[in-house]
Amino acid sequence: MAAHLSYGRVNLNVLREAVRRELREFLDKCAGSKAIVWDEYLTGPFGLIAQYSLLKEHEVEKMFTLKGSRLPAADVKNIIFFVRPRLELMDIIAENVLSEDRRGPARDFHILFVPRRSLLCEQRLKDLGVLGSFIHREEYSLDLIPFDGDLLSMESEGAFKECYLESDQTSLYHAAKGLMTLQALYGTIPQIFGKGECARQVANMMIRMKREFTGSQNSIFPVFDNLLLLDRNVDLLTPLATQLTYEGLIDEIYGIQNSFVKLPPEKFASKKQGDSGKDLPTEAKKLQLNSAEELYAEIRDKNFNAVGSVLSKKAKVISAAFEERHNAKTVGEIKQFVSQLPHMQAARGSLANHTSIAELIKDVTTSEDFFDKLTVEQEFMSGIDTDKVNSYIEDCIAQKHPLIKVLRLVCLQSVCNSGLKQKVLDYYKREILQTYGFEHILTLHNLEKAGLLKPQTGGRNNYPTIRKTLRLWMDDVNEQNPTDISYVYSGYAPLSVRLAQLLSRPGWRSIEEVLRILPGPHFEERQPLPTGLQKKRQPGENRITLIFFLGGVTFAEIAALRFLSQLEDGGTEYVVATTKLMNGASWIESLMEKPF
Amino acid sequence: MDCYTANWNPLGDSAFYRKYELYSMDWDLKEDLRDCLVAAAPYGGPIALLRNPWRKEKAASVRPVLEIYSASGMPLATLMWKSGPVVSLGWSAEEELLCVQEDGVVLVYGLHGDFRRHFSMGNEVLQNRVLDARIFHTEFGSGVAILTGAHRFTLSANVSDLKLRRMPEVPGLQGAPSCWTTLCRDRVAHILLAVGPDLYLLDHAACSPVTLPGLAAGVSSFLQMAVSFTSRHLAVFTDTGYIWMGTASFKEKLCEFNCNIRAPPKQMVWCSRPRSKERAVVVAWERRLMVVGDAPESIQYKQLTIQVLLDRLVLRRLYPLAIQICEYLRLPEVQGVSRILAHWACYKVQQKDVSDEDVARAINQKLGDTPGVSYSDIAARAYGCGRTELAIKLLEYEPRSGEQVPLLLKMKRSKLALSKAIESGDTDLGEQGLVFTVLLHLKNELNRGDFFMTLRNQPMALSLYRQFCKHQELETLKDLYNQDDNHQELGSFHIRASYTTEEHVEGRVAALQKAAEAFNKAKNDFAAKATEDQMRLLRLQRCLEDELGGRFLDLSVHDTVTTLILGGQNKRAEQVARDFRIPDKRLWWLKLTALADLEDWEELEKFSKSKKSPIGYLPFVEICMKQHNKYEAKKYASRVGPEQKVKALLLVGDVAQAADVAIEHRNEAEMSLVLSHCTGATDGVTADKIQRARAQAQKK
Repeated sequence: MAAHLSYGRVNLNVLREAVRRELREFLDKCAGSKAIVWDEYLTGPFGLIAQYSLLKEHEVEKMFTLKGSRLPAADVKNIIFFVRPRLELMDIIAENVLSEDRRGPARDFHILFVPRRSLLCEQRLKDLGVLGSFIHREEYSLDLIPFDGDLLSMESEGAFKECYLESDQTSLYHAAKGLMTLQALYGTIPQIFGKGECARQVANMMIRMKREFTGSQNSIFPVFDNLLLLDRNVDLLTPLATQLTYEGLIDEIYGIQNSFVKLPPEKFASKKQGDSGKDLPTEAKKLQLNSAEELYAEIRDKNFNAVGSVLSKKAKVISAAFEERHNAKTVGEIKQFVSQLPHMQAARGSLANHTSIAELIKDVTTSEDFFDKLTVEQEFMSGIDTDKVNSYIEDCIAQKHPLIKVLRLVCLQSVCNSGLKQKVLDYYKREILQTYGFEHILTLHNLEKAGLLKPQTGGRNNYPTIRKTLRLWMDDVNEQNPTDISYVYSGYAPLSVRLAQLLSRPGWRSIEEVLRILPGPHFEERQPLPTGLQKKRQPGENRITLIFFLGGVTFAEIAALRFLSQLEDGGTEYVVATTKLMNGASWIESLMEKPF
Repeated sequence: MDCYTANWNPLGDSAFYRKYELYSMDWDLKEDLRDCLVAAAPYGGPIALLRNPWRKEKAASVRPVLEIYSASGMPLATLMWKSGPVVSLGWSAEEELLCVQEDGVVLVYGLHGDFRRHFSMGNEVLQNRVLDARIFHTEFGSGVAILTGAHRFTLSANVSDLKLRRMPEVPGLQGAPSCWTTLCRDRVAHILLAVGPDLYLLDHAACSPVTLPGLAAGVSSFLQMAVSFTSRHLAVFTDTGYIWMGTASFKEKLCEFNCNIRAPPKQMVWCSRPRSKERAVVVAWERRLMVVGDAPESIQYKQLTIQVLLDRLVLRRLYPLAIQICEYLRLPEVQGVSRILAHWACYKVQQKDVSDEDVARAINQKLGDTPGVSYSDIAARAYGCGRTELAIKLLEYEPRSGEQVPLLLKMKRSKLALSKAIESGDTDLGEQGLVFTVLLHLKNELNRGDFFMTLRNQPMALSLYRQFCKHQELETLKDLYNQDDNHQELGSFHIRASYTTEEHVEGRVAALQKAAEAFNKAKNDFAAKATEDQMRLLRLQRCLEDELGGRFLDLSVHDTVTTLILGGQNKRAEQVARDFRIPDKRLWWLKLTALADLEDWEELEKFSKSKKSPIGYLPFVEICMKQHNKYEAKKYASRVGPEQKVKALLLVGDVAQAADVAIEHRNEAEMSLVLSHCTGATDGVTADKIQRARAQAQKK
């Protein structure tokens, strides 16, 4: 069912099964036929752990999206609301319930809060006079959702903002709980490394939780060797840069949501003869992107410039395979050919899809503006002209390019200069407020609070030291056959991944000086194991490190980690976990505040 | 053989029975049991008697007495009943005695007559009183069902997770039903009731009529009904002296019998022996007992599990025996020894003659860090016995801060609770979110000043409370910022207010004024200045709307100027641009864009000649081409500087001239760019020209 989750060194299907079991148990509590009313935001994450077929097996007959006034008619015994604990959603639920009460035969109402019940929400339901209508009010702690064989996400959109702007550690608490669940299923992780304030907090919570659960000793042989907790604010730079891997670009341009992407339909029109251009589809083409698709698994992490040659090679292989039918003479040969047909046809469909996507992306990447923007980004990252007003950014503002794009560039410049000179900073801010509106002063304050935008203090620019020590800028990048992680940004090696790489070899002791410049403490904790569970490594066997990005991770960073996992003499394989899969645009957007 | 069969009596044609005494009851009962409410727990558990339950009929001085005996009649507890009149008694599966009072309150007692807790069956009952009540068992636990004076049913399927379900009205029900029972179907508790010749099945949603298959004719009323322990079988007794036995699904009749006794029986119950396939119904009248059997059918009884057995020993305070059994069976500690020890500790805290220190030490010595022991449960018990200090001492041994908090709150040690909650890191704004729960407690408990002071010492709790205020109490949020001298946030707060709470321009400007003051205090010069500019802009926009009509409010400075140009107000536009000091370059972009939108080519040309363009002339070419005006575009292409000339010429489609310029520049990149534009047949000559120039350049 979710085979792609078990391809990696760690079988994440175990986790998926555990969360599915919990869901089934809840559904069975509400005996009889059911309709589920969905908080729309949850359908994506739930889709990754339970398809409709599972719900159907447990008598879910109807599904609705949560919206105001009455529910659509449904002849079911139970109505279950699956919602995040948000006050505005409670108002809608109350409206639904009250109009349903007037409609006639009483139903059983239930609420499943994801990930937690909330006192405020229940109080609101009580104030609206409907709290008593609910028979089961429960919580479903979907902390870590398996996305791929080596990828877990909490899909908590507000995590970065809450942690770094509002000092609200709730998502860290959930992260720690998610890690406890993982350890319950995959064994205690013997070593914890971390860098950053939030990382420290999560480690503390884990240690505390472990102490609290001394009763149930974990007797599972540990799968992970290390856990590396990284604060997003240790590396504010990487997400701001435009990702240049295939998957990264799909996300930058179209946005990948819960492993699905919606694409403009024109390129995907069926190319049957006779009806050319008659009925162009109008609905967006929705595709699921994960490593269950062989071709996608092969190209997702490549630099986009290396994707074309793979696609054309694949095209040749596939047409050659189809040509084989002419060589099939005997019945046996024909039979064998036919048996391979479904696989070949799937491969051909997959190739057609990705050729279309690659064309769409190429239209963007070959545009002049994309080139100009990338040039500016690369100049900043390699340390050129980071200390004065940039004329490309000025022009973008004057032409009212999307604000997110402008903010992303200004923040990038600020981060690459350890803060901007006051004059430069004020100029940008004033230009932004005058052009896009004064209300964005709140957004600017948020960016400043998060450290993305700041005045340079002490007149010292630390970035060059960091860049040189960690070798963040590589001039001799090979996009086709990469030898270093810098290929994912065509020159820039993501700081976060470099930290992971250096931790595994030769160890952080070699970069103490830079670690001190980067924000937050770095630390190491050991979780003792009973002797029976201690691992004896086979010669040549890689370590498995779980790396948890607190505050979000980009696809390009994941690609870089996969590159490290595949290195023959790398010694470490990575499983990635995060609070949210994100890119620069969605990140900046999460920090924006619109007062009206 | 004689000795074996001697005391067996024939029952029907093929069965025999015998009666012999297993043990004699130890009790010494004076009254007739008929004057008592009696309840016997399942699986040979204790028996409860309430003597003189009908107080109102007797002299007020005679108080009811509640007595509890073991199954063999050993007295376990005796207590005076001081609460209200009791309608019904029953034992839960956990051997807790449930006493349902007439006012709907259910009092819960332990095996030794210790009061545990109480709950109510709903407010409605207060007026209407409880007529009748049943305690029943399902796979989820033990439930209570009541019939009220208004002839409505309310039930809770599980008293340890109380959820009241009020059943719908039964149509046409005037008086009490002639008989009723609870019935568990599809894992949901139902009520089956008889009204005259009709049977109804109630669930919380509907009342549906029921017919029994093969029921003999002529029934005008049902006098008794009984459901088997497993809820699979049903027996009814009718006014014709007829007994129907069948499945509780109402699908099948198992047997019927006419006993010709029309008097209503006192009791009717299902019975059978474990592992036996025979089942029977026992019907009792005042002086007669009748056993009605049916055809064999396989049924299985849930056996008493080892856990239940241990529970029973613990309830009887036989701790050493229970521990020995655990050790003998090698039960895991969590389920076995440590659980028993925890029970022992709960008993220990009730020994009032031992000092707090000694009890705490004794418990910790015996329990240590035994896995699975909950010190907070023991502490809760200590608090329940009024020993708060002991409870606090015991809580110190509790490793889970999350477990310490609820009890600390209950004991009104809120500040201690807050620091324990913060240690846990559980900051959810949720019911189980510990810090938040404590905060709400503190907020109610302390006056505002003390509450704020407490928060001040706990930064994490403070930020959490701010989150809460953002959603619920904006004014409090302001007070918090004020108290902390957080002028920056206060400024942002007033800016938000200028957009959301204030409607009129004056009000908005006033809010901004406050914001500017706050920013000044925060020494944020930029924000203060920007806020003042915004006040100026709002006032200006207000004037523009009055003067020119249209919508200006909440446009940016940039868009205000653009709107003025689009409305033909060029002078006003110039004025605003000057007043707000829009940089020259951006103003040129702005005008260029606006005039092209208007397709005012004449004005655009005039503008382009007003002085030397600070943004060059390529943007003019681009924007004309965007509006598909090649004619205008060409005018500007000639004015584009040498660096961008080739690009401009290519834009207007003049490939030949672009080639010439590129060759003149001897610029390889430009030449390739032109070459890539040589697509049409007519461009062949140009392409050749470039190739020649390249070849020449290479020779040199």
